[in-house]
Amino acid sequence: MNLTLRIWRQSGPEDKGRMVTYQVDDVSPDMSFLEMLDVLNERLILAGEDPVAFDHDCREGICGMCGMMINGQAHGPQRGTTACQLHMRQFSDGDTIDIEPWRARAFPVIKDLVVNRGAFDTIIAAGGYITAPTGSAPEAHSVPVAKANADAAFEAAACIGCGACVAACPNGSGMLFTAAKVTQLSLLPQGQPERYTRVIGMVDAHDEAGFGGCTNAGECTVACPKGIPLNTIGRLNRDYLTATTKAAGKPGS
Amino acid sequence: MELFTEGDPIADTRAPDGPIETRWERRRFEAKLVNPANRRKMTVIVVGTGLAGGSAAATLAEQGYQVKSYCYQDSPRRAHSIAAQGGINAAKNYRNDGDSVHRLFYDTVKGGDFRSRESNVHRLAEVSVNIIDQCVAQGVPFAREYGGLLDTRSFGGAQVQRTFYARGQTGQQLLLGAYQALERQIGLGNVEMNARHEMLELIVVDGRARGIVVRDLVTGEVTTEFADAVVLASGGYGNVFYLSTNAKGCNVTATWRAHRKGAYFANPCYTQIHPTCIPVSGDHQSKLTLMSESLRNDGRVWVPKAKGDDRNPKDIPEDERDYYLERIYPSFGNLVPRDIASRAAKAVCDQGRGVGPGGLGVYLDFADAIGRLGRKAVEAKYGNLFEMYERITGEDPYEVPMRIYPAVHYTMGGLWVDYDLQSTIPGLFVIGEANFSDHGANRLGASALMQGLADGYFVLPNTIANYLAGGPFEKVDAGHPAVVEARRDVEDRIQRLLAVNGDRTVDSFHRELGQIMWDHCGMERSEAGLRKAIDEIRALREQFWQRVRVLGDGEGLNQSLEKAGRVADFFELAELMCIDALHREESCGGHFRAEYQTEDGEAQRDDERFSYVAAWEFTATGQPSVLHKEDLKFEYVHPTQRSYK
Repeated sequence: MNLTLRIWRQSGPEDKGRMVTYQVDDVSPDMSFLEMLDVLNERLILAGEDPVAFDHDCREGICGMCGMMINGQAHGPQRGTTACQLHMRQFSDGDTIDIEPWRARAFPVIKDLVVNRGAFDTIIAAGGYITAPTGSAPEAHSVPVAKANADAAFEAAACIGCGACVAACPNGSGMLFTAAKVTQLSLLPQGQPERYTRVIGMVDAHDEAGFGGCTNAGECTVACPKGIPLNTIGRLNRDYLTATTKAAGKPGS
Repeated sequence: MELFTEGDPIADTRAPDGPIETRWERRRFEAKLVNPANRRKMTVIVVGTGLAGGSAAATLAEQGYQVKSYCYQDSPRRAHSIAAQGGINAAKNYRNDGDSVHRLFYDTVKGGDFRSRESNVHRLAEVSVNIIDQCVAQGVPFAREYGGLLDTRSFGGAQVQRTFYARGQTGQQLLLGAYQALERQIGLGNVEMNARHEMLELIVVDGRARGIVVRDLVTGEVTTEFADAVVLASGGYGNVFYLSTNAKGCNVTATWRAHRKGAYFANPCYTQIHPTCIPVSGDHQSKLTLMSESLRNDGRVWVPKAKGDDRNPKDIPEDERDYYLERIYPSFGNLVPRDIASRAAKAVCDQGRGVGPGGLGVYLDFADAIGRLGRKAVEAKYGNLFEMYERITGEDPYEVPMRIYPAVHYTMGGLWVDYDLQSTIPGLFVIGEANFSDHGANRLGASALMQGLADGYFVLPNTIANYLAGGPFEKVDAGHPAVVEARRDVEDRIQRLLAVNGDRTVDSFHRELGQIMWDHCGMERSEAGLRKAIDEIRALREQFWQRVRVLGDGEGLNQSLEKAGRVADFFELAELMCIDALHREESCGGHFRAEYQTEDGEAQRDDERFSYVAAWEFTATGQPSVLHKEDLKFEYVHPTQRSYK
């Protein structure tokens, strides 16, 4: 099939950026979306034009490195699918496809479709863990975990940190990302001692990084390639409320 | 000119002697310690943030060392360990099915076709149980039974159920556990994290590894970084084949640069070809996707009995199907080790019985499992894998059998390390897939995660102390001649790549190199093929340096430049792989030489001549490498012909 691409080109953080139109012909429906961009880039290089910079790595939907707005949708039209797993059979001959970077205050553009998502790491560093220094762990079977809780924790833990939730959110909020980790760890017995300090630390870091607030628009969960449910944000809110009203975490509380 | 010369054998691996069960404990006791106040004065560089590097960086920081961590991705959470699907082995014997540390040790030595070091493998089996404890404490959401205890499943090459898993995303969950421990240390200021940085050279001063030269991939700035010790956890080199299940960025540059500075490269020809990957769909293919080996627990592998039978698989009656793994290997059936399953798939396709486009595929069929367990149970176990298959191929595996074909997946070879995981350069430690140490000529499924975390959490943090106890070492500064030279080498190479301005893209060279390697140094190798490959690689490398086109400059984000540097190193590695494969005149594990096979086509080892680790020393570009042999002694697992029949 033959396609018209309109791609955001921005040479660096200081550049204003613009949409540039490219024609790509003979695209196979079995190609992944990124393979289609590879074809374009090979052609651009031979023509002496700067290839389109985009992040990608595993190309099997798990590393979370790729991500772009495709026709205004994070990771494109197919539900539960990252850009690298999106295949061209989802498009038709003659289509025009708009490709843009994630746009959010907390994710500044580095070049073309590449953005800086370091703010996510900062949120995790502010509490998205269980303190368990190597060597200190008790025997694994000493604490059973109800299967339902383990499964729900897994569901939340499936987040790949791609940032689609932020890109899809009208407020540029990173609340689904934050809530997924809060939910995973607060469902497990191992996560209880730090449950309330964790949620405060992570939400504070989230806000300081420039993400917007959550207004329950719900776009995030629709865009999420791993289907992280919106009720994780409910869990986060509940823990946050408990943490702030009861001053939890203080001795004797 | 000769392809290689032979040097002195490796005399000492630093493995303790005595009963094998006591060696690790003795080594830890005899190792020197560094007191907590002195740890704060020492810096360790860790390159790579996968299971090995992430866990090592976090643990070293917890112990009180200053850690500098580097990864080429935009976050340490994205290292390719994240893509491991199936599980992690541990000798917990929770199933009461006869497992033990000794059995995991035995299975791993046998699975590696008797080409690994017994002492290392035993230690791996010992610490496997601690890994599970550690990960559970971190909140890794492993699969559980209704009683709340951990579930396990079986994997290839084992007859016990010792594989712990988190649906089909075990690597992701284990890596996020290590990543969170690392982020905690970053938050505490104990680790300086440098994402989007690539190591391009090792700095060796007075015979010790003292730092690295890195390029900031965003600004293009090249800097020199110093430490008391350097740890490479930069993964494997499967991308030398261009098409592999590795992430696109996986590369050999960190270990290859260390090799050029004096670290021996061991067993480079040992490559794992994974049997269950989605077949190539066209020339545009940029990578291959693995379908977890765990699928072989319930999926049955078959091809039509008749050549060229292109009927819809549903229309092929039972008695016209050949479930060849169950037929040839009745006791292990579909769960034979990877090397054996891959070769068997190649054999039936070579006979003209392959399925799908080009006849390069076999069926992996879940009809029986769905009939026996119900669709829901199959979905619970493998749902995400089935979805992934459908997204890529457009076919629904609940209805139509999957088509699979082998693909390059893992490299058992890597930098040579002693029992302490130290390379031949003092102060340079190598962990995880980047070293060669534990898997011999073939790795068993669910053992890569085990080794990465064993090295990073439990082995290296103990052994590196013994080295650092001799420090802190004299301060190195950027003006030292060795540092100036290392930095200039990096800058010169970047300028050289940019200056060629030829007429071919980096990818076009990489694809061509990969095809040569797949044809001649892949699932089956022969003397004639390997000699041809060596000539072709040399000619292509020359072309590369004359015709490659890398646009732009080195000043900012330049993804073509990054790729070009990695491919340049792959060319050099590829030649050494072929030389290693050529010199090893036997078949073992993933290394199958057409000339050395039993009457029924199984790998024929030659223990008389080849029961050694081939450790290669770099001399100079274009000059023959020197082969050093580390003799392998088997005191506990007597080498036999591996049989899974």
